Amino acid sequence: MENNLKKVDIIFEVDENNTPYDVLLKTLKRPADEIILDLIDSGLKGRGGAGFPTGLKWKFARNEDGDTKYVICNADEGEPGTFKDREIIDRVPEKIFTGMTICGYVVGAKEGYIYLRGEYNFLLKPLSKKLDEFNEFLKKNKIDYKIYLKSGSGAYVCGEESALFESMEGKRGEPRNKPPYPTVAGYNSKPTVINNVETLVYTTMICRIGPKKFKDLGTSDSRGSKVFSVSGDTPIPGIYELELGMPLHNFVDEFGDGDVKAVQVGGASGHCVPRKKFNDTIIGFEGIPTGGSMMIFNSSRSMYNVLHDYLEFFAEESCGQCTPCRVGCQQLLKGIEAVKRGERPPAYLDDLKKLTGTMKIAAKCGLGQSVGNPFNSIIDNFREEIIY
Amino acid sequence: MSKYLVNLKINNMPVSVEEGTTILEAARKLNFRIPTLCNHPDLTVAGNCRVCVVEVKGSRLLAAACATPVSEGMEVFTNSEKVRVSRKHIVELLLSEHNADCTKCFKNGRCELQDLASEYRIGDHVFLDLVKPESKILDISSPSIVKDDSKCIRCQRCVRTCTELQGVSALGVVNKGDHQRISTFFNKPLHEVVCTNCGQCINRCPTGALTERNYIEEVWNAIYNPSKFVVVQTAPATRIALGEDLGIAVGERVTGKMVAALKKLGFSKVLDTDFTADLTIMEEGTELLTRLKKALVDKDESVVLPMMTSCSPGWIKFQEHMYPELLDNLSTCKSPQQMFGAVAKTYYADKINIKAQDMVVVSIMPCVAKKFECERPEMRDSGYQDVDYVLTTRELAMMIKQAGIDFDKLEDEHYDSILGESTGAAVIFGATGGVMEAALRTAYEIVTGREVPFTNLNIKPVRGMEGIKEASVKIKGVKPEWDFLEGVELNVAIAHGLANARALMEKVRTGEASYHFIEIMGCPGGCLGGGGQPIPTSPEIRKKRAEAIYAEDSEMIIRKSHENPEVAEIYQQFLGEPLGHKSHDLLHTHYKPRKRY
Repeated sequence: MENNLKKVDIIFEVDENNTPYDVLLKTLKRPADEIILDLIDSGLKGRGGAGFPTGLKWKFARNEDGDTKYVICNADEGEPGTFKDREIIDRVPEKIFTGMTICGYVVGAKEGYIYLRGEYNFLLKPLSKKLDEFNEFLKKNKIDYKIYLKSGSGAYVCGEESALFESMEGKRGEPRNKPPYPTVAGYNSKPTVINNVETLVYTTMICRIGPKKFKDLGTSDSRGSKVFSVSGDTPIPGIYELELGMPLHNFVDEFGDGDVKAVQVGGASGHCVPRKKFNDTIIGFEGIPTGGSMMIFNSSRSMYNVLHDYLEFFAEESCGQCTPCRVGCQQLLKGIEAVKRGERPPAYLDDLKKLTGTMKIAAKCGLGQSVGNPFNSIIDNFREEIIY
Repeated sequence: MSKYLVNLKINNMPVSVEEGTTILEAARKLNFRIPTLCNHPDLTVAGNCRVCVVEVKGSRLLAAACATPVSEGMEVFTNSEKVRVSRKHIVELLLSEHNADCTKCFKNGRCELQDLASEYRIGDHVFLDLVKPESKILDISSPSIVKDDSKCIRCQRCVRTCTELQGVSALGVVNKGDHQRISTFFNKPLHEVVCTNCGQCINRCPTGALTERNYIEEVWNAIYNPSKFVVVQTAPATRIALGEDLGIAVGERVTGKMVAALKKLGFSKVLDTDFTADLTIMEEGTELLTRLKKALVDKDESVVLPMMTSCSPGWIKFQEHMYPELLDNLSTCKSPQQMFGAVAKTYYADKINIKAQDMVVVSIMPCVAKKFECERPEMRDSGYQDVDYVLTTRELAMMIKQAGIDFDKLEDEHYDSILGESTGAAVIFGATGGVMEAALRTAYEIVTGREVPFTNLNIKPVRGMEGIKEASVKIKGVKPEWDFLEGVELNVAIAHGLANARALMEKVRTGEASYHFIEIMGCPGGCLGGGGQPIPTSPEIRKKRAEAIYAEDSEMIIRKSHENPEVAEIYQQFLGEPLGHKSHDLLHTHYKPRKRY
């Protein structure tokens, strides 16, 4: 079968004749509403995983009253198996800064913040050097905007936008009740746009290449391309920018080692797809969306161990404030252990699946709501491996 | 600004409520009860326990009713299948990490989680037991509060209480995930941190994770011991709240029944802290006038103003930790409880011919900080520990139940004499602003020879539930010996709840405001909202208790402390004069700075 996997080069592309600085100066001359229309037209959706239309988010924030607004770049890349933002920050930080500045111009914010994952502190020095240069450039061009860096402290949950605000405000990183949403009351309770690193780079690039070139890629539900972090049982792990909407089997043909048993799409909080479903699984918002993580498992892997690792991770990283997530994660973890040891009957797995149903609709934030994704997809497809 | 009305349906019934109303409040309007645990009327919304989840048509997620504002056209279902399944799961999850040793629990029968478990008939629940053995090690370091992590459901009411209401932040959330718990600075025992022992956390804990250190058995043992003469004193705020724990409506006064019950329990004498409240006014009022004279006439720079009340032991410890530089502003007067103990084991013991060592002084207090206060090393001026045991209003209710007394049917009885006579001025000590009002009634009259210029002696500007109250009284027509006060505008301020106290202290510290006299009570509403009072508490409940206190005052024959005949007698026969030598030895003390960590 022909492999029609399409590799793309937008995010990391470098054009000395059309730098992010050039894009910025050009874009800031355009009316803000026009930029929003371009973004909406491009079909760009948030690349952090949730997939909210970026143009709409900016529009909501623009429509909010208020003198103080913020733009925040969510660089708290913590999903297990995701490492693409690290590469973007390292290689094309000016594209991020530019996206943030355009966003600031569009929504009426004068301050931007990059919330950098605590474990990425090694990037802090080079990043702040480039940021200083960029801020200097803004100053020289009399652009009333400044970007600051804030460092996280290593909690996974702080990638959740409202927990991230709490953390930035110096409080314990716990998700807030919603509504209000960030565009109404985010950081310091002011209207805030918070976008993923990759999303901001795409906004810069859409401003440069226009919405048409972007939306020509992908499918009607999943426009454009996306950066994937490929890891696990693959001979060629790494960062790849691919067109969205590909069937999973194409991906496996390209990256697998010939013995692929399952692919975990979207990191620990994503879905596990078994071999028999590779053909009819689309990677995109119409199928299985992903923040970029693609973990490949070959037949040597125990899916019990995989699930156990994920559950240990969630039981540890739940902020602990809401009951369904704090206690639910522990029950799932201890539950599969009990079944494995024969202390609970296999049917107990079905009780636990029902529990994930409650977690999905009653947990306070995306963390607890999504633990059921790996749990159910692994239990459903690899039940014998969990029990025996 | 008027608010828009929002129309919605709850369980298919239409309702219109103001914009910003939560689903929970709207449902209450239609008499649909939605269970809650982390929600509390005194605290900000947390939305973390999730038992209040409801279904909103068109939404993928259930909504926490306590945290979700209504919106136009919303359709809410409070008991759909999804809701019921989820809610039951959530209660089961809470139970799985809760040490459900209910029969051995101090809160047995008064636990919100137990009620929910019973409502949902959760018998042999399916999930695994997650209670950690180490969580069962109790923190009993504090003489006031017992902390049992194995009962904790992480609703964080205590944390919000300690932070928002009290501004103390002795309790906080530590760790995350399966290790998350409520703890103190560096996990130190409660007794070694800034905890003021106010016990407001106890009043809001839905389970048995935070309870008072109870001394019920010790008191029974004293009563049963034939060689002990056990006297009991009752604080002002107990008489207006005790009934709540004994099936009587909120705000109903039970003074006479309480006295009758205490006599039935077997106390040798039933006496009144109100007596020493009057005594406190004599001492504190005189101290204030003396300080004013030294400051205004003698220009003595060692005298500091404003003078601050010292009746509330939670407030005292707060000040020792947080504002040690303002300790000299505190009145040197002991609290009425401690004045009582010191007088009981000296003056009173002599009068009734009992040896102090054979006397046991028990206090019934609306407070748990009093348990700490009676153990302070400063409080042994009789040569013995002046007050032996402190019981909360709640503990007294338990003893009454244990003794099989049908409280409601008791005939009113009177306090024993002496140390049982009191005034309206004393009873209002139980409400925020009460000490101030009592002090003004007396001090104004000492200085001018006339009653305070307020109708029926009711000094309204110092009453009410506002967090910080300020008032001024112009002193006119003074007696010759007080001529330096002629025309002086006496500025006073009152705060209740330690967060308000902190705000007021900041004003004092920065010199933003200049007062002569400040009353502070550690608990919201004053003692009537104390950490030892019946549970639950809420602004409405405290309002009703305050009304009861002022009603009690208005019905008293004597309403000014200096007119209490037993107070006159003790000065005549024993103390001599306010601030005299004997007073100094028995009724006054000093406080010491404490570290914050």
